[in-house]
Amino acid sequence: MRPLPVTHFTAASALGVGRDAHAQALRDGRSGLVPCRFETVELPTWVGEVASLPPLPDALARFDSRNHRLAELALQADGFARDVAACIERRGAARIGIVLGTSTSGILSTEQAYRARDPRTGALPAAFDYATTHNTYALAAYVRERLALAGPALVISTACSSSAKVFATAARWIATGLVDAAVVGGVDSLCLTTLHGFHSLQLTAPGPCRPFDARRDGISIGEAAAFALLEADAPPDERVPRLLGYGESSDAHHMSAPHPQGLGAEQAMRAALARAGLAPEAVDYVNLHGTGTPSNDAAESLAVARVVGTGTPCSSTKGATGHTLGAAGALEAAICLLALERGFIPGGPLEQQDAALAIAYAPRTRAADLRVVLSNSFGFGGSNCALVFGAPPP
Amino acid sequence: MTARIASAVFVDAVGVVGPGFADWPTARAVLHAPETWSATRTVIPQPSLLSPSERRRAGRVLRLAVAVATEAAGEYAVSLATVFASSGADGDNCHELCLALATPERAVSPTRFMNSVHNAPSGYWTLAAHAMRPSTAICAFDGSFAAGLLEAATQVACDGEPVLLVAYDADYPEPLRAKRPISDAFACALRLSPRQGTTSIARLEIATGDDAATRLEAGSLEALRRAIPAARALPLLQRLATGTAGRCVLDYLDGLSLRVEVTPC
Repeated sequence: MRPLPVTHFTAASALGVGRDAHAQALRDGRSGLVPCRFETVELPTWVGEVASLPPLPDALARFDSRNHRLAELALQADGFARDVAACIERRGAARIGIVLGTSTSGILSTEQAYRARDPRTGALPAAFDYATTHNTYALAAYVRERLALAGPALVISTACSSSAKVFATAARWIATGLVDAAVVGGVDSLCLTTLHGFHSLQLTAPGPCRPFDARRDGISIGEAAAFALLEADAPPDERVPRLLGYGESSDAHHMSAPHPQGLGAEQAMRAALARAGLAPEAVDYVNLHGTGTPSNDAAESLAVARVVGTGTPCSSTKGATGHTLGAAGALEAAICLLALERGFIPGGPLEQQDAALAIAYAPRTRAADLRVVLSNSFGFGGSNCALVFGAPPP
Repeated sequence: MTARIASAVFVDAVGVVGPGFADWPTARAVLHAPETWSATRTVIPQPSLLSPSERRRAGRVLRLAVAVATEAAGEYAVSLATVFASSGADGDNCHELCLALATPERAVSPTRFMNSVHNAPSGYWTLAAHAMRPSTAICAFDGSFAAGLLEAATQVACDGEPVLLVAYDADYPEPLRAKRPISDAFACALRLSPRQGTTSIARLEIATGDDAATRLEAGSLEALRRAIPAARALPLLQRLATGTAGRCVLDYLDGLSLRVEVTPC
C-alpha cells in the first residue's frame, strides 16, 4: 500500500494526558496502575483509571457519559481538535471520515440506569438516553458533531482489536477515494461489565499486571482515548510518521482464548508486513498485545518469534497503562508513533522475564533510533490486527 | 457533495430472514409482489453450522446473523472475509448482564460476558466456518447497514477478493425496549465480489451523497424499513429481487446517505 502520513496524534490514559506526558512516563518507567476503587466496584484487582475527566461542551450535553468525557479529554490534548479544524479548512468537512473503535462504549450509563429503575414499573430513568450514551456508534456520533465533520463514519467493535482495525478501514477509505483524510482512534472507559466480566472469567490479576513475567497472572483493566489523523498526503516539508501496512485475520479457534501457537496472530503480522512491502528484518521494535495472561503471552511470543525472530526488541506497555480493551490498538499505535518520533524503545515493566518465552523483551525504556515498528492487537472472537508504522522519510 | 468508491462490486448471493421473510427465495417473491406481504413475526431458523453446544447457548441475535450468513455464503464460507453490521448486537444478553450488575451480588455469567462483545456473531461465525480470513464488526446506529456496505465494498475494491456482508438487528426486551424500540428481528447478507461471475445478480456502484433515502411504495414494507435498522437495506433488496436497473438511496448518517446504482447482470 501507499504509505499514509499520520499528521497528528494524541492520547489520554492512566499515564497522563498528551504526548509529552506519555513519553515522560514511559522514560521514567512509571506505571499508571492503582488498586481498583472505581465507582462501586469491590474486586481484588488493579486498574488504569484516568483521574480527572472534563465536562462536555453544553451543546453536546445529551452525549454525557464517561466514555465521551474521556474522548473529550483526548480531543483537547495536543491541540488535536484544533488540528482537525485546520484539516477541514484545507479539505472540507465532507472529505474527512471518522473511524473509531470501542468495546463497551458508554455501557456504564446503562448499568447505572438499571440500578435506578422505577421500583414499580421497572422503567429506566427518563433522563437516560441509549442512543447518545450506550450505543456502540455513540462515540463516533459525538466526535463527528464535536469536530463538525460531515464525511462517512462508523465504529468498529471487535473487542480488543477494535481500534487497531480502524487504521485498516481508514486506509481503505482513502485508497478507494471515498475520503481524503480520516480521524481514527479508540475510546474505552472503565465500567462494571468489563471489570466483573473479566473477573468472572478469572482473567484479572490480583495485583498490577506483569506481561511476559514468569509469574504473570492476568490483566489489569485500563481506560484510554487515543486519536490520529491519517491523510492521503502531507506537505513535503512536514516530517510526520507513516502508516505503512495493516494485516487482519481470524483465529477461528475459540471465543476467548488465543490459538495456542498464535497462528492467526502470525497471519496478521505477515499480512501487515506484506502490505508494507517490508521484510521481517526491517522491524526495529514490536509493541506486543501482551495482556499478561499466561496463555495470551505464550501464544503471542511463539507467533512473534516465527515472524521477526528472537532478536527484535519487543515489549508490552499494558503493565504501565493497563489493558485498555477497545482503545488498546489506538493507544499503542500512539505509543509506537511517539517511539518513532522521539527515538526510544518503550519498556514493559516486569520483575522476572519468563525464560520460556523466547523473544527479546525490553523491560526498561532505552534510547534507540527506530525506522519501522509493528504493533499487535488481538481480541475476543479470535480477531487479530497488526499495524506497521514508519519514521518520517529522510 | 458526493464521493464515489472507485470500483464497482457484484452481488453474487443474498440471504434474508425477517418478518414474513423465511429466506431469499421467499423474500424475492414478496418483494416482486409487495401486496402479498404480511407482518408475521420473524422465525429464526436453527443454525446448522453451529456445534450442538454452541446451538444450545446461541441467543436469537447470533442465530439470526448465522442464518443469513449461511444462506449467502453457500459453499464459500471458509474462504470469505466477513463484515458484520449491527446497530446494537445482542439486546437480550445485554439486558441479563445489566440486571445481574444491578444486584448486590453482581454475579456475572462468564458466557454472558463473552457473548456481550459486539463481534460475538463474527467470532462464532469464523469458528463455525473455520474461516481465518479477516472479519470485522461495525456499528453506525440506524445507518449500520449502509456503513456495513461501505466497509464491505471498500474491502472488495482494495483487496480484489470477495467479502460477505451480514447485517442484523433484533428487538430489545423491556426496559431497554422503551429506550430503543425495534419491532422485530431482521437480517440480510450479501456475498460481494470484485468480478462478475456466473451467479452474479447485479453490479453495484456506491457513492455517498445527501439525497433522501428511497421509500418503499408499499406502505407496510416502508413501515418495516423504518422499524428495524437492518431493514434499511430493503430498497436495495427490492431492486435485487425485481432485477430492475436504477438508483436506490439508503439511510446512513445525519446529512449523509448512500447512493447505490444497481445494474442487473
